[in-house]
Amino acid sequence: MTSHLLEPAAPAINVRDLHKRYGDKHAVNGLDLVVERGEIFAVLGPNGAGKTTTIEILEGFRRRDSGLVQVLGEDPGDAGRAWRNRIGIVLQTANDQAELTVAELVRHFARYYPDPRDPDELIAAVGLTEKAGTRTRQLSGGQRRRLDVALGIVGRPELLFLDEPTTGFDPEARRSFWDLVSGLRDGGTTILLTTHYMEEAEQLADRCAVVKDGRVVALDAPARLGDRVARRAVVRWLEDGVVREHATDTPTAVVGSLAARFAPQEVPGLQVLRPTLEEVYLSLITDHADAAEDAADDAALAAVPERTPAVALAGASVTMKEQVR
Amino acid sequence: MTAVADPTTDLRGPRAVRLPSAVSVALARTSVELKQFFRERDAVIFIFAYPIIMLAIFATVFGDTPIEFGPGDEVTFATYFLPGMIATGLLLSTFQNLAIGIAEERDNGALKRLRGTPMPASAYFLGKIGSVLTTSLVQVGLLLVVAATMFDVELPTDPGRWWTFAWVLVLGTASGAICGVAFSSIPRSARSASAVVTPVVLVLQFVSGVFFQYDSLPGWMQDLAAAFPLKWLAQGMRSVFLPEGATAIEPTGSWEHGRTAIVLGAYLVVGLVVALRTFRWRRRDDG
Repeated sequence: MTSHLLEPAAPAINVRDLHKRYGDKHAVNGLDLVVERGEIFAVLGPNGAGKTTTIEILEGFRRRDSGLVQVLGEDPGDAGRAWRNRIGIVLQTANDQAELTVAELVRHFARYYPDPRDPDELIAAVGLTEKAGTRTRQLSGGQRRRLDVALGIVGRPELLFLDEPTTGFDPEARRSFWDLVSGLRDGGTTILLTTHYMEEAEQLADRCAVVKDGRVVALDAPARLGDRVARRAVVRWLEDGVVREHATDTPTAVVGSLAARFAPQEVPGLQVLRPTLEEVYLSLITDHADAAEDAADDAALAAVPERTPAVALAGASVTMKEQVR
Repeated sequence: MTAVADPTTDLRGPRAVRLPSAVSVALARTSVELKQFFRERDAVIFIFAYPIIMLAIFATVFGDTPIEFGPGDEVTFATYFLPGMIATGLLLSTFQNLAIGIAEERDNGALKRLRGTPMPASAYFLGKIGSVLTTSLVQVGLLLVVAATMFDVELPTDPGRWWTFAWVLVLGTASGAICGVAFSSIPRSARSASAVVTPVVLVLQFVSGVFFQYDSLPGWMQDLAAAFPLKWLAQGMRSVFLPEGATAIEPTGSWEHGRTAIVLGAYLVVGLVVALRTFRWRRRDDG
């Protein structure tokens, strides 16, 4: 066989022009996606953007209407046990099989695979050794998710699907979960992650795709996502007792000129703000009309002069978060 | 959308591995199914212990009321009641257990999780059959022990009767289990599963001559019951544990073994076709 020599070159996931309709709704509308081997790839997007449908087509749970889909070189639509042996799936929050203990479940799932990880070592790796004899109904949310991951990786998958893995975690549990996931990637596992936490994508993902209306609208490393306007820095300072802001591609130059203007004094309250991934993400998924409207609302409420698009977007993100609550 | 033989994307060849056999996975499934069943207190009481409790209550209350088939031909109440409780136990352990259990597994995502692993589908169903068969056998065994030791029911010694017992038990268990799998697609959620399944099972118990002497039921009720397997299962079990003279109070004056086999077999075949066509690994609202 010569093909295995070429294996590293073939992407883990290759999707071209994927379509899926439910009645009138075009849930996935010409989506393209390539996930390379060994990377953590985050799929971001609002609920209803076609994210879950796409992932479930990749996992083999749903059938597509048209398009090319290759996951580990096979079409998930008609792949069998051998293919499932090479993938791991961690679904959204689950509470099934509540009467079995952690150790029983991990040992049981290990029996589905030809070359499973050692159950006890795996339980230790996800930090559940002390809970090994506990029935799963008694686990906390974070412990339950770590068990879900253990069940997803017990067969040593080449590709792991993680669907909103840290929903409901406290910050400490989330940090330790991220370490676990990074460790898997460092061990060579390709990971496809969906999340609503931009901080999570920023911490974990090598690349992210933003999905909107059934297609990918942006794709890059978290730090490079978004266009030039969305990534503009904001220089903020105090002058005559009011906060001044200036959005710019060249913050160094702006700071330089401010420094010259205020010399020999300090520029009061000087800050250079870079947009967070969340702000960039929101600018990508928000229609410009909506963004302008939010910005207008914010401008009316806040006594901040010289509002700029980037700052307006930051304001929009606050409004949206409040709506979510 | 045909798969083009592209050497750069074909990763299958060198990865050929031996997956665990369906039989070994089925055995593992049987064992976790049994663990889960016996750790669920509701299931143990209302499925496993229910017929034993009912036998104990009824045999105690009506202990002095023998059932007469003709002059001088009678059995104790416990003897008459035992076959009905065996049939009920089989219905609960197979049909009710699987109809509710699988509906819950579908609703709470257990089935979807399993579908995402290389577990063969056949191993899942074999595991269900293995666990259902085990619980049914233990349940029937306990019923026989309780009946014989606590209520002095005389168990048959004729091998022919035990042969009848065996085939009625196997056919009843198989058709009950398959119908349970098929029926599990009807409840929309785990919460509604017991509400949908329990009344069906209860009504069947009342119309099928399990609690009442079958010939004392109104004619239309007998006709209704004859369309469902529990009546035939109970009748088949009566033919094992009651004396030959008891046919006098059967509607046709005979045990109708042939018809029993046909009805139970028909439920098995139809249930299998329906189960294969309707079984889903995901909730209905999950696309």
